[in-house]
Amino acid sequence: MTQTVSRPAGAHQVPLPLDVEAIRADFPILSRTVRDGKRLVYLDSGATSQKPRSVLDAERWFYENINAAPHRGAHQLAEEATGAYEAARATIAGFIGAADNEVVFTRNSTEAINLVAYALSNAATAKEPEFRRYAVGQGDEIVVTEMEHHANLIPWQQLCERTGATLRWLGLTDDGRLDLSDLATVVNERTKLVAVTQQSNILGTINPLGDIVARAHEVGALVLVDGAQSVPHQPVDVAALGADFLVFSGHKMLGPTGVGVLWGRYEVLDALPPFLTGGSMIEVVRMEGSTFAAPPQRFEAGVPMTAQVIGLGAAVEYLQALGMDQVLAHEEALTGYALEQLQAIPGVTVIGPPDTVARGGAISFTVEGIHPHDVGQVLDDLGIAVRVGHHCAWPVVRRYGVPATTRATFYVHTGYDDIDALVEGVREAQRFFGVVPAVTEGGAS
Amino acid sequence: MQLQSMYQDIILDHYRNPHGRGLRDPFEAEVHHVNPTCGDEVTLRVHLDGDTIADVSYEGMGCSISQASVSAMYDLVIGKDVTTALGTGEQFMRLMQSKGDTAVAEELEDELEDAVAFAGVSKYPARVKCALMSWMALKDASARALSTTEKVN
Repeated sequence: MTQTVSRPAGAHQVPLPLDVEAIRADFPILSRTVRDGKRLVYLDSGATSQKPRSVLDAERWFYENINAAPHRGAHQLAEEATGAYEAARATIAGFIGAADNEVVFTRNSTEAINLVAYALSNAATAKEPEFRRYAVGQGDEIVVTEMEHHANLIPWQQLCERTGATLRWLGLTDDGRLDLSDLATVVNERTKLVAVTQQSNILGTINPLGDIVARAHEVGALVLVDGAQSVPHQPVDVAALGADFLVFSGHKMLGPTGVGVLWGRYEVLDALPPFLTGGSMIEVVRMEGSTFAAPPQRFEAGVPMTAQVIGLGAAVEYLQALGMDQVLAHEEALTGYALEQLQAIPGVTVIGPPDTVARGGAISFTVEGIHPHDVGQVLDDLGIAVRVGHHCAWPVVRRYGVPATTRATFYVHTGYDDIDALVEGVREAQRFFGVVPAVTEGGAS
Repeated sequence: MQLQSMYQDIILDHYRNPHGRGLRDPFEAEVHHVNPTCGDEVTLRVHLDGDTIADVSYEGMGCSISQASVSAMYDLVIGKDVTTALGTGEQFMRLMQSKGDTAVAEELEDELEDAVAFAGVSKYPARVKCALMSWMALKDASARALSTTEKVN
């Protein structure tokens, strides 16, 4: 049923920049079926992306040929593992226009943000004077936005609780954008760090970071950009960004789980004390105390997720072969079509910017009279995987007065057929729950 | 389509026309339970007459399964003593853990009445917590109400 949908006249399908059929052939999981033989329509890349064969092959290649602990040992396997690990670092650094020694591998974006948050509170008690430069304490302020994923909110709430600093935030406008009208007062001389997402995981909004970065640097504050939803979907260059930190997760950009990136300006990284401590992040160790290695090793304690880093390197190469400009254009075309088709359904409300201006391919919506979980259940029954709930951005759904949303997210293998399936699925949910949009006033909700 | 096995007519009826909804006085305990993974919420009050559940009143928001579950629970526990009501809750938990085993549903049909219609939910692990939220709230509120009344007595 989901494959033979007739489109309403006037639907705008511009030719897609990417060859969807060829790309789908690279993703083994897309050939499986779900829920009694239905084609998998995967619209949950915003939660985690599927992996092309080249990424899976890279991990297998590592384990079958050169598995060893990098940066330890002098045998041939250790040399080759170290070489492959550092080559992947160079590939990933190049992807964002960074120097190799500014890229720190973490478990994911969440851990990368926690690394910075704990480094800033550790700085307050560091015995080394050179590590105290960015110390956060009483009287200082940390600024976030109401749009943040919990990963870019809770670590800052906790930092403030540990240090006595104050958390402040920029609010949202009714059309799903940052309210920057009070930027000059919220970000002020007391601000030590501004943490902001480049692209909202729930609203799809792409934020005007230039204004925020300029104001933050004007008052001497650091800027951390959450790129978990932007780096996978658009070209990001750290020099153009102008921020001090950028974090992103490998698993949302065709790479394996268990690897993420903290990029930091070298000067800033070099002035931060470590977060996690242990093996291979040290310079000299004595029983009385130790000194630490230079970045990035200072922040990579213990044997790293070597195979995953190499897999992420392969994912970056896959994206580079497609071209990030093409990926962005592809998702823009899909987003425009999906917004048009979904908003044409009576009873459907998009939570977030209603058009493609400064907006990425994450579309949250509500269906009048049907709870998002129930919408998601009907879609699942049709083989369509979406996310339902508050999307780890509880303040956002509260801001817009809805208990939860249904969210569809797109990626390189998404085609117009996937969106047609989604639109037909939403209509099926309305039929199943007997919600006739014109007369749902006072209906079940 | 498998959907009908989860969304039985009985469930949709409870969802559209919930029994006992609204917060009422008097009550000895009020609890607020949330499902942190999805944001579903229920505020639930228990009024005891001795050991007997005289009233359960509630407000909440959430999916059809969570809202229908609290309505079906209301029908099952009013007039029962707390121990019996919570025993029924244990049987409902068994049903939710049955992974669609029809033998379990048949065995529990008499005790669970309308609530046995939730058997289909047990095939969807992600939704089991929706059905259980109200029972968890009842267990919590009953314990608090009993400790309150014991102090008074």
